[in-house]
Amino acid sequence: MSAVLEIAGLQKTYRSRKGVRKALDGFDMVVEAGQVHGFLGPNGSGKTTTLRTLLGLIRPNGGRMSILGREVPQALPEVAGSVGAIVESPQFFGNFSAQDTLSLLADAGGVPRTRVFEVLELVGLRDRSKDRVKTYSLGMKQRLAVASALLKNPKLLILDEPANGLDPGGIREMRGLMAGLAESGMTVLLSSHILGEIQLICDSVTIIAAGRRVAAGSVAEVLATHASTSLRVRLEAVSDLTSSAAALRDAGAQVVVEPDHLMVSGLAQPSAVTRTLAERGVYVSELSPVTADLESVFLELTGTAPVQGENRQVDQTVMSGTAPAQSGGWGR
Amino acid sequence: MSLYTAETRRLGKRRFTKFLLGGVILVLIAIAVGMFFTNEKNTPATIAAAQAKADSEFQAAVRQSATDKQTCVAAQGTPDASNWPTNCDDVYQPQTSDFQAAWYMPATFDFREQFPNMITALAAIVAVAAFVIGASFVGAEWASGGMMNLLLWRPRRLQVLSTKIGALLSLLTGFTIVLMAAWTGVFALIANLRGSLDTMTSGAWQSIVLMELRGLALVLVAGAVGFGLASIGRHTAVAMGVAVGVVVLLQFGLYIVLAMANVRFAEVVLATSWATAWMDKTVTITDWNSCNFSGNNGCEPNTLDLTWHAAGGGLIALLVVVVGIAMWTMRSRDIT
Repeated sequence: MSAVLEIAGLQKTYRSRKGVRKALDGFDMVVEAGQVHGFLGPNGSGKTTTLRTLLGLIRPNGGRMSILGREVPQALPEVAGSVGAIVESPQFFGNFSAQDTLSLLADAGGVPRTRVFEVLELVGLRDRSKDRVKTYSLGMKQRLAVASALLKNPKLLILDEPANGLDPGGIREMRGLMAGLAESGMTVLLSSHILGEIQLICDSVTIIAAGRRVAAGSVAEVLATHASTSLRVRLEAVSDLTSSAAALRDAGAQVVVEPDHLMVSGLAQPSAVTRTLAERGVYVSELSPVTADLESVFLELTGTAPVQGENRQVDQTVMSGTAPAQSGGWGR
Repeated sequence: MSLYTAETRRLGKRRFTKFLLGGVILVLIAIAVGMFFTNEKNTPATIAAAQAKADSEFQAAVRQSATDKQTCVAAQGTPDASNWPTNCDDVYQPQTSDFQAAWYMPATFDFREQFPNMITALAAIVAVAAFVIGASFVGAEWASGGMMNLLLWRPRRLQVLSTKIGALLSLLTGFTIVLMAAWTGVFALIANLRGSLDTMTSGAWQSIVLMELRGLALVLVAGAVGFGLASIGRHTAVAMGVAVGVVVLLQFGLYIVLAMANVRFAEVVLATSWATAWMDKTVTITDWNSCNFSGNNGCEPNTLDLTWHAAGGGLIALLVVVVGIAMWTMRSRDIT
C-alpha cells in the first residue's frame, strides 16, 4: 500500500509577547491509500495546526510533508484539485444559499456545476439547497462543509470534526458516507473527538499530544500496544480491600483501589491474584478482565483523563515538559 | 479565468453590493431631479419678466432714494441729522447697472459651467461607495472563513487576492463608466430642457471626458484602498476604522491644530483639497495672513497651487502602499 499523505518532523512555533509556544514539535504521520485514518488528540494538541499546515494555510518552521507523493506546500497548487478538506468549524458566507456557495467554489475550481447537485444529494441538503446558509443549523452547515470537500471528487479527503453538530442519525449517515467513500478508493483523514466513531470506522489512527505523535498504527495495533490488560477484583469483605491491595503490590501488580473493588494490572496471569489473596485468607467474589477501548487508550496516552478534584488545563497533557517523543522518519 | 468568473459572480451576488450601488443610483437620481426642478430655461418671456422685475426694482430704488434725500434735507439742523450724510447729495443714487435683468432670471443650467461640479459630485459619491464595497467584499470573506475555503481550492494566495481585486475593479469600472455616460446624458438633457448647451465646443466635451476619466481613477483608487485595508486587517471594520480615523483625526483634527498654530497653507493636509485638485486640475490655497504689497494691486496674499499631477502622484503612492502591504501580508501571514 502506498502512502497518500506523509508528514515527518513537522514543527510550528508561535512567538508572542508571552513567549514561545511549540504547536508542533517534530510531528510525524503516515496515511496509506484507501484507508480511513483517524487523527486524534486533545484540545490544543496540534491537530488543526497540522491540517492547516498541510493545506498551506500555515507556514511550518521545519519538517517535510507530502500529499499524493508530491512535496507540499511547494506542489500544493498541483495536488489541491485532488484534496478535499474542511478545517475546523464550517464557515460560509451566510447570505448565500448552499447552491450558490458550492457553485462559486465549483467555478473557482473548474468543477462542472452538475457536480454541485450530486454532492448536495449525497449529504442530504438537496431540498434546502436554495435556502440561505445563515438559516442552517450547525449540523446542516457541517453537511454543507462535507459537500464542499467532496465537490472535487478528491483522492484524499481531510475532514476536521465532520460529525460536530450532527444528530445521531446524521452521525450514522456520516459513518456510512465515510465507509462508502473509502470503498470507492478515496483516502479519508478524519479528525474527531468521538472516539467510538473513530474505533468503528477507522482502519488506522495517529494520536497527537503536545504537538508530538504518541501513537500510530492500525486501531487493533494501538489498542494491543497501549492498552494494559486489567482485572476487576471484588472481595467477599470490602474491609479487606486495602490490605489486599498492598499484598498484590508486593506481588508486583499495579493496583487502583476503588470504593468496592480493585483494578489490578501488571500480572502475567489472573491466577496470580487468587493465589496471592488466598494465601492471606482473602477470597475473591469476582475476577473479570476489563477490555480497554480507544477512549481509555487515548486518555492514557495523552494524560487527559479527568482527575477528581482537579481542573485540567488545555495544554496540560502527559507530554507537557517531557523530552521529545519518538521521532518517526520520512515514510515510516 | 474560472476564478475570475467566480469572483465576479460572488461580488455581483452580494446583497450589500446591490444595496449600495442601488443607493448610489437613488441619490444620483435625487440630485438630477432636484437640478431639473430648480433650473429653468431662459425664454423671451422669462427674460422679459426678469427685465421688468429689474426695472421695477430700479424704479422703487429711485423713489426710495428721492424720499431719503428729502428726509435728509429735512433733518438738517435736527438731532436726526447724524443719521444722514452731511451733504445730502451723497445719498445713494441707484444706477441701472445695479439692477441687471440677469440677477432676476430663474436659475438655469449652463452645462459647460456647472456640469464639472456634477462630475465631481458623482465621483465623490461613487468613490465612497467603492471604498465600502471594496472593504466589505474582501473583509466579509475573511471574517466568514470564505477566504480560507477558497484557498483550499486555490492555494495560490497572491493569485487569489489579485483576482479578487481585479474582479472588484472591473465591476467598479463598468459601473462607473455606465453611470458617467448616463449622468452626462441626463445633464445634457437637463441643460437642453432647463438650461443651455450652447457654449459646448469639441474642446469643452474633451475636457468633460478627461474629467470623467479622472473621476473614474478616483473611484478605482478608493475601491482598491478599501479592499487593501480590509485585507490587511482581515475584516471590513478595519478599513472603516482607518477611514474614520484618517478623516476625523488626521484630517480635521490636524487641520484645526495647524490652523490654530497659523501654519501656512494648512489646507494641504485635507484630502478634499487633493481630491479637488485631481478633479479640477488645480486648487489654489491662499495664506490670508500674508501680504505682498504692490502699488498697482495693493496687498496680495501668498498662494499655493496643488496640481492634478501632484494629486495623481499621491493617489498612485497611496494605491501602491496599501495594495502592496495587503499583498505582502497575504503572502506571508498564517491563516488561522
